[in-house]
Amino acid sequence: MSFLASTAAQVVELAAEADAGAADAKAEAAASSAGFAYGLAAIGPGIGIGYLVGQAVQAMARQPESAGQVQTTMFLGIAFTEALALIGFVVFILLKFA
Amino acid sequence: MLALEFPPIDNLVKWPAYFGEDTFYAFNKISLISMLAMLIPATMFLLSKKELVPSGLQNIVESTVQFVENQVVMSAIGADGRKYLPLLLSMFMFVFFGNIFEVIPTFQMPANARMANPVILALVAWATFISVGVKAQGFGGFMKSSLFPPGVPKALYLLVTPIEFLSTFLLRPFGLAVRLFANMLAGHILLVTFGVLCITLWQASALVIVLPLSFATLVGLTGFEVMVSLIQAFVFSLLTAVYISLSLHPHH
Repeated sequence: MSFLASTAAQVVELAAEADAGAADAKAEAAASSAGFAYGLAAIGPGIGIGYLVGQAVQAMARQPESAGQVQTTMFLGIAFTEALALIGFVVFILLKFA
Repeated sequence: MLALEFPPIDNLVKWPAYFGEDTFYAFNKISLISMLAMLIPATMFLLSKKELVPSGLQNIVESTVQFVENQVVMSAIGADGRKYLPLLLSMFMFVFFGNIFEVIPTFQMPANARMANPVILALVAWATFISVGVKAQGFGGFMKSSLFPPGVPKALYLLVTPIEFLSTFLLRPFGLAVRLFANMLAGHILLVTFGVLCITLWQASALVIVLPLSFATLVGLTGFEVMVSLIQAFVFSLLTAVYISLSLHPHH
């Protein structure tokens, strides 16, 4: 009986170890993909904001009298474009720490 | 060689309560900063004199009001948006003072880097633009103008209406809250990273020659974060104004 009990205890221990191993592997994979998540999310908005601000500067240089309006619209556009990168940053935080 | 130990994220954003731990009334650093972000602008506005020729504090207060009026209200809504100036101005001031504590020594934590503050502000903006829309166009009119954009072939409404519903009623408040939250949290983590790097370099004997570079970056980033605080406050109130304007005058 005691042999059976010790075997059962061993099985339980092994299962717990396997669980912990799987959880470790999952955490490791999440942590190493976190960097990719933010890096990939930053490409598009980076190009987008660069293009947007470049065009805004061109518009302001061509028509300095409309600079105020262009600037406001530019900030709006940046806010919308930037949101994608920021969601990528939140995904990074979730993958790395949550 | 360089024992760089980054603190866990809970050490950066979670603060022990000053009193009332584990109760509904728990009061920690975030609560204190939120209170200050409410009280400082209110005191500034109450203390400033109302003279014809402004000086000192009155200058600051008046130029702030003028900035919000011209750059936010007039450019996004127009003259009929003047009655939303108090709301947008208080939003601007609250967000700005909540953010600027990121760079003030002994505080060094933006209140908006915890999700609770941006979510409440975004819900206020959400409730405002919906109620303004319902008031200006009636419930049916508001739903029609926001869910059925004109100039779309009838059959496409099957596709367009769910997308418009998502983007107007769910993604707008979500985007507002996440934009503010993620910007401030990212800035906070950035400053912490360079702070930790400076401390570690100070302790590393040979690498201390790189310290001035790293410290200069930290100083530069602190200035950058002041700018980010201002821009985020501006963008938050500007987007709220744009949503109010879309509810007030729907495009035909």
